[in-house]
Amino acid sequence: MPDEIIPILAQHIAANILKQPGRKLKTDEPLISSGIVDSFSLVDLALFVEDTFGVHIDDTELNASTFDTLDQLATLIQARKA
Amino acid sequence: MPTFFDRLRNFYEQKPDQITLYIQHAGKPDLPVTYRMLVEGAAAYAHALELGGIRQGEVVLLILQHGIDLVYAFFGAVLHGAIPSIMPFLTEKLLPERYRADLASLVSITQPSAIITYPEFESEVRAALHQGDSVRVVLVSDQVGKPLVPNFAASGGNQRTPQDIVLLQHSSGTTGLQKGVALSHQAVINQLEAYSQALHFADEDIVVSWLPLYHDMGLIAGFLMPILWGMPLVLMSPFDWVRAPYRLLQSVSKYKGTLTWLPNFAYNFCAQKIRERDLEGVDLTSWRAVSNCSEPVRWESHQLFLKRFQLYGLRESALATCYAMAENVFAVTQGGIDAPPVVDEIDRDLFQTQRIARPAQPGQAVVKMMSSGRPVSNTRVRVLDENGKEVPDRLLGEIALQSDCMLNEYYHRPDATQKAFRDGWYLTGDYGYRVGDELFVYGRKKDLIIVGGRNVYPQDLEQVAMEVDSVHAGRVVAFGVYNEEAGTEDVVIVAETENQDEDERNRLSDGIRQAVTRGSAVALRQVYLVDPHWLIKTSSGKTARAANRDKYLAEMSVKGGSS
Repeated sequence: MPDEIIPILAQHIAANILKQPGRKLKTDEPLISSGIVDSFSLVDLALFVEDTFGVHIDDTELNASTFDTLDQLATLIQARKA
Repeated sequence: MPTFFDRLRNFYEQKPDQITLYIQHAGKPDLPVTYRMLVEGAAAYAHALELGGIRQGEVVLLILQHGIDLVYAFFGAVLHGAIPSIMPFLTEKLLPERYRADLASLVSITQPSAIITYPEFESEVRAALHQGDSVRVVLVSDQVGKPLVPNFAASGGNQRTPQDIVLLQHSSGTTGLQKGVALSHQAVINQLEAYSQALHFADEDIVVSWLPLYHDMGLIAGFLMPILWGMPLVLMSPFDWVRAPYRLLQSVSKYKGTLTWLPNFAYNFCAQKIRERDLEGVDLTSWRAVSNCSEPVRWESHQLFLKRFQLYGLRESALATCYAMAENVFAVTQGGIDAPPVVDEIDRDLFQTQRIARPAQPGQAVVKMMSSGRPVSNTRVRVLDENGKEVPDRLLGEIALQSDCMLNEYYHRPDATQKAFRDGWYLTGDYGYRVGDELFVYGRKKDLIIVGGRNVYPQDLEQVAMEVDSVHAGRVVAFGVYNEEAGTEDVVIVAETENQDEDERNRLSDGIRQAVTRGSAVALRQVYLVDPHWLIKTSSGKTARAANRDKYLAEMSVKGGSS
C-alpha cells in the first residue's frame, strides 16, 4: 500500500510545493528538517493528504518528529486509513 | 515623561489583577497573565541578572521561543535597567553552524553582556562564544527563581531616564551587517502616544497577534503597545499560526479581538489555507482594524480576505493599512481607521516609464495602488528626488521622515547611523508618492527582497550559494519575483554553469536549494541554471540584480512559466 501512496505524495510535493515537476524525491530523504518543504507549505501538504487519502493530520503534528520522509508520511497515512 | 519602568510599576500598583495577556500554545489551554504575574515573573529575571552582575545599560540577548519565559525575561531586563534584544530562535532547518556564525557576528558588534536561553539550547549558545568576548553570563531559564515581589525603589530600572535606550531591535541581515535599532523609552512612548490616537484606542480594544517579537510589527504593535497601554493582548506563536492560520480567526472570535496587524502575504494565506469546518461558529464582527503592514500593501489581497471572511462577520471597514519601520519605532502612517484606505487607479505605462502616478483614463492599463494612510501626528513625511529635494505630488521618490520617535542610533554602528540621515531627515530606502497627505508606498530602492513579511538581503543568499561546489563567485544572483497568488515575493536564484549533463545540473540545483534553505532559512521558489555569460554585469563587474531579474522574467514568459 505505501507503494501506491508514495508516488502520489512525491508527485504532489515536486509539482506543487517545489514547483519542479521533474524533481525526484528519495523515499528516505528528510523533507521538513531539511527545509525542502518549508513551513508555509506544511498546511498545503496536510490539506492534500486529507483530500486525497481521507486522512486527517492535525496541525500540532506538522513537524519533523511526526514525519520527515515520504516513507514515514506514507506509513502514517496507511496506519490511519486502516 | 514616564519610562517603561514607570508604566509597569503603575499597572502593578493600580491594576494588579487586570489580565494583560493571554498566551496561546496549540493543543494547550490559554494562559492568562495579570500585571501582577507579569511584573513578579519579570522581577525574578531582574534578580537573576543582578546576581549575574549585569549592570544598567548593558545589552541582554533573549534567545527564547514564544512563551511566558520570553515575556518575563524581556520585562525582567527592563526592570533591571538593562537593554533587552529579542533574537530569532534556531529553527530546525537552519544549519546550526550558520546560526552560530550569525550569533558570533552579532555578539562582536552589539557586545551583549548576557544571553538568556533555555537549558537545552545553552550548549548551542556557548558554542558561538569565545574567551574574551563581551558575554559574561549565559542565563538559563530554569535557573531563574520563582516570581518575586519587586522592590521598585532598589531596581536598576528605576534609575533609567526617558532618553536612555530601552531596547534593541535587530534587522535580519547576516554576514556581519546586522544593525541593531536602538530605541529610547521616550521614542517608544512618543510613538505609542501618537499611534494610539491614530487608532482611537478604546476600552474595549483587544489585540490579537501571531507575529514574532523580533520584528517591529510584532514587538511594538503586537506586544509592547497593548501591554504598556493597558489593552489585553492575545498572543499566539508564529509557528502555530503558519501551520493553522484558522487559529487567528478563532482567537479573534473567542476573545472578541478588535485589532490585528498582518503582513500582506498573511491575507492571501488566511484566505486560501483555511477549511470551512475550522471556521464553524467563528464571528469576526468585533474586528475593527486589521492593518496591512511590512510589505507593499495589495488591493487584491484585501479583496481576497474580505470575500473569504465576510460571511463570518468581517466588516469591510475593518480593512486598514499602515506603513511602519523599526527606525521610527513603528508606524509612520495609518489608513483605514476614519475612512477606507484610498485606492488610486493609475496609468500603468506612464508609471512604469516615467515614474509618474497619474490617474488612469478609461481604456488605459491600470495599476491599483492602495494608500498606506496619512502620517501619524508626531511624524512628518517627505518624498525626495535623488538630490534630496522634495518632489511634487504624484511623482515617485524616496520616502524620508522626521519625528520625535526616531531611533537613537544603530547600536555601535556610527557609520550606518550617519548614512541613514540627510539634513536631519531619515532616508527610508523605500520608494513612494504622495497625494495630499496620503502616502502610497511602491517598493524598495535597494535590492532587498521581502518574503513572507521578512526582509532578505540577496547578497546573503548569493554568498551561501557560492559556497556550493562548482558554483563560482560572481556567477550567481538572487532576486525577488512577486507572486500574485501568495501575495508576497518568491526568491529566485540564477546561477551559471558550464555543465550540460542533465543529472549534474539537477544535482547542482538541489545543492544550491538546500544550501540556501539551511544557510538562511529562506525557501527558494526556483533555482534557474544558465550557461556561462548569461548574467548581466555592471561596468564595475558587479551583478545587476534588477537587469538579471528582467532577463529571467522575459525567458520565463517565453517558456510559459515552466522551468
